[in-house]
Amino acid sequence: MNKPLRRIAIFCGLLVLALLVRDNWLQYVQADSLKDDPSNRRVTIARYSTPRGDIIVDGNPITGSTKTSKSGLNDLEYKRTYKNGAMWAPVTGYASQAFGANQLESIEDGILTGDDDRLFFRNTLDMITGKEKQGGNVVTTLNAAAQKAAYNGLEKQGGKGAVAAIDPATGKILALASYPSYDPSSFAGNSTDVDSKNWTKLQKKNNTDDPMLNRALRETYPPGSTFKVVTAAAALQNGLYKTAEEKTDSPLPYIMKGTTTELKNEGNIPCKNATMRVALQFSCNTVFGKIGSDLGNDKMLAEAKKFGFDQEQFTPIRSSASVFSDDMNSSQTALSSIGQFNTAATPLQMAMVASAVANDGKLMKPYMVDKLQSSNLDTIAQTDPEELSQPLSSENAQILQSMMETVVKDGTGKNAQIGNGVTVGGKTGTAQHGVENSENPYAWFLSYAKLGDGSTPVAVAVVIEDDKAVRDDISGGGLAAPIAKSVMEAVINSKK
Amino acid sequence: MSSTTNQPTHHTSTIGAIGAPSRRNTELAMLVFAVVIPVFAYANVGLAIDDQVPAGLLSYGLGLGLLAGVAHLVVRKFAPYADPLLLPLATLLNGLGLVAIWRLDQSKLLQSIGVAGGKATNQLIYTALGIALFAVVLVFLKDHRVLQRYTYISMVGALVLLLLPLVPGLGANITYGAKIWIQVGSFTIQPGEFAKIVLAIFFAGYLMVKRDALALASRRFMGLYLPRGRDLGPIIVVWMISILILVFETDLGTSLLFFGMFVIMLYVATERTSWIVFGLLMSAAGAVGVASFEPHVQTRVQAWLDPMREYTLSRNGSSDGIVHSEQAMQALWAFGSGGTLGTGWGQGHSELIRFAANSDFILATFGEELGLAGIMAILLIYGLVVERGVRTALAARDPFGKLLAVGLSGAFALQVFVVAGGVMGLIPLTGMTMPFLAYGGSSVIANWALIGILIRISDTARRPAPAPAGNPDAEMTQVVRPS
Repeated sequence: MNKPLRRIAIFCGLLVLALLVRDNWLQYVQADSLKDDPSNRRVTIARYSTPRGDIIVDGNPITGSTKTSKSGLNDLEYKRTYKNGAMWAPVTGYASQAFGANQLESIEDGILTGDDDRLFFRNTLDMITGKEKQGGNVVTTLNAAAQKAAYNGLEKQGGKGAVAAIDPATGKILALASYPSYDPSSFAGNSTDVDSKNWTKLQKKNNTDDPMLNRALRETYPPGSTFKVVTAAAALQNGLYKTAEEKTDSPLPYIMKGTTTELKNEGNIPCKNATMRVALQFSCNTVFGKIGSDLGNDKMLAEAKKFGFDQEQFTPIRSSASVFSDDMNSSQTALSSIGQFNTAATPLQMAMVASAVANDGKLMKPYMVDKLQSSNLDTIAQTDPEELSQPLSSENAQILQSMMETVVKDGTGKNAQIGNGVTVGGKTGTAQHGVENSENPYAWFLSYAKLGDGSTPVAVAVVIEDDKAVRDDISGGGLAAPIAKSVMEAVINSKK
Repeated sequence: MSSTTNQPTHHTSTIGAIGAPSRRNTELAMLVFAVVIPVFAYANVGLAIDDQVPAGLLSYGLGLGLLAGVAHLVVRKFAPYADPLLLPLATLLNGLGLVAIWRLDQSKLLQSIGVAGGKATNQLIYTALGIALFAVVLVFLKDHRVLQRYTYISMVGALVLLLLPLVPGLGANITYGAKIWIQVGSFTIQPGEFAKIVLAIFFAGYLMVKRDALALASRRFMGLYLPRGRDLGPIIVVWMISILILVFETDLGTSLLFFGMFVIMLYVATERTSWIVFGLLMSAAGAVGVASFEPHVQTRVQAWLDPMREYTLSRNGSSDGIVHSEQAMQALWAFGSGGTLGTGWGQGHSELIRFAANSDFILATFGEELGLAGIMAILLIYGLVVERGVRTALAARDPFGKLLAVGLSGAFALQVFVVAGGVMGLIPLTGMTMPFLAYGGSSVIANWALIGILIRISDTARRPAPAPAGNPDAEMTQVVRPS
């Protein structure tokens, strides 16, 4: 009987061997993917096992961490807190024990939890010296005063809206506000009776205001007349018109090419063969519609793309791609060139347009993370300003600046005037939307401020949607320009 | 191996009684390790969880040491030539199991669902009962061949034990689907664990008598010896019982275990490879056939193929009316999170497995906290237990002892494979527990009895033959040199 016994011994050995091989597969080959699987609760437990690093604005943290009661079944030790959460939500996003994280909280999670590979050396040191692992900080480019001005302006105004402000010379994002907003503290924990209820209440399906939408980056609106800045830039860059003073070839009434439809102006304004300066001052649809039509789809698209249209921006929070369409006929191009038809832009995109004009034609890549720090404030990574493109030559940029400054000085944008030696260039917009323009238009304003020394510290774009006020009252100049003005003032004052 | 006892040297023509060293001191030395390692592990858990050496360390160490000492003394007195490895290995596994159970007892999550809390104390009591049964086996079973007398009583006993969970009012349906428990008062008993041993006794007795008929009366066909139709009877009966277990108790593991044990013993008894082929074909046919209509088995198979889907269904709810469980995926995460060296005792999160974390899934706790290294060590310990069992079968001088030893070791190996393979996602999950490691009275008590029987057989096998040999003819048959 011994021969089969020996074989059985081998068979049992093979069973054990199979288990050993499987275990090596599981705990060696697959270990990391199982360990880091986001559904694996250990990932969440680790994320909240130490105080999370902070997100910093102007040297002050806008986030915090608080020790939760370890009573009961709570296995997560720390909870995220936010200062002025609703105001900063478009920047921070949320880090919730129950619902995960997004935006900066998610993108820079490795630094904030202290798990990032770049912190490896420090963590190893801490382990040897017996210190607890600590998260690093994310230092943002934002300007607290500007953000406050933007958010308060939107809140006071009361309608849905968003503000984006950029430092034109570097691309640093100075303000990024969205209204209505949400307080990420309200669902940072994981209790079913508080956090879950708050979360459910904020979801789009339960809240028509959609407060969790980051309108400054993720919502695209028809830019309306503010897009005429892009069209004017295209006209100058392509040599269609060489100066602001050159009379344009603009009939009135203007029948769009290939159609019998007349493109109308808002009211009776002096648009016939107007110069571009006058056309921008009075916001002539006929002049800029015809410029777009004359230049054609390809040239308009090329210029729009140089300003950043049709591509997502990673600030590092992703912004939606703004739209300028391809393959349009002449009349569609005309409509698109005055910011209607398919044209749609995020507030960040329009701030980029203003910033490129203000920065003598150079478009800087917008960013909001200045540097990443370890817990003892050593800089781990620093973002350097980066030129994205040059949509305008320096001379043409100055021509366009003077045109935009006329708009604020004498035209539709008077509400944005600052004075005290500060020159403001801007453009209003009132975009129609809804079937037969039945819904409230979007009120737009984009602008930049130029100081006495010629520097331009801030470019800003403001959009107000679905305003509760009567339709006729809405205009970019009336609703959006005052908010832009206060944001610019806040930036200028904080520089002093 | 050198002879150390005085033996008559005049029978030079036969293999004389070899005076093997008793190896009891080796066993004692290794038992010290088997007690000290779990004590250190216990201290480790306390330091990790509460930053202090647990208060119960002394009593725990003394308790385990006392039990091991009693077991050792019983072996020394009643089975002095027994295999020296089996007792220390079983003690080590049992001790580590106790530590892991105590570690899970500290989890508030498991306490809140009634899975943990005071279970280590219970397990220590079960261990004491197990060692007591172990001692009873060694004291009262002077010769394992006595069991041969109870061949057919064993068959009846085994059937009764297997069918008990199906008796209305007695069966306890305490886990998803599998009906392998019975409820007696406040205790739940898993009769299958005991049936394993009783059934091995029946198979050994039956096959010892029938082996010649099964082996020789056969026709050769395509290189295989096909048994006669009437000899097929027993294997078909056992196969049917396995299938019935699978259908009515919906437990793939138990079914596989019994059928596998029978095929192994049949193969050893007859030395006919054809039985293995038959066995594999029949078990495959049975498993596939049952899986085609039994939703419980299907769920287990699906959870094995795609544990993540099962996890999602369990989390988000499903409308198919089947209870889905996230355990399979949780166990995989536990293993993966442990990695090569593990998190260290007490620092993992295997409580996330929730239900049965300290019984069926206890290996995942070891996987997370001791890592790949720890699991490999544990698997090798199991492998050693099995190989010592098969070694005992090789050394045994009587066919009944050989069959019984290989049956018990084979069943032990299959159980380890089925449970560990299930928890690690190698095969579908079944409702059985890791011998000695897992929480559960039936399992611990039955496995100590199993070790007791193996020790008894090994003692008989290694014991020097009575000298002087009164009957040279008897000695002539001793062709196996125990070494």
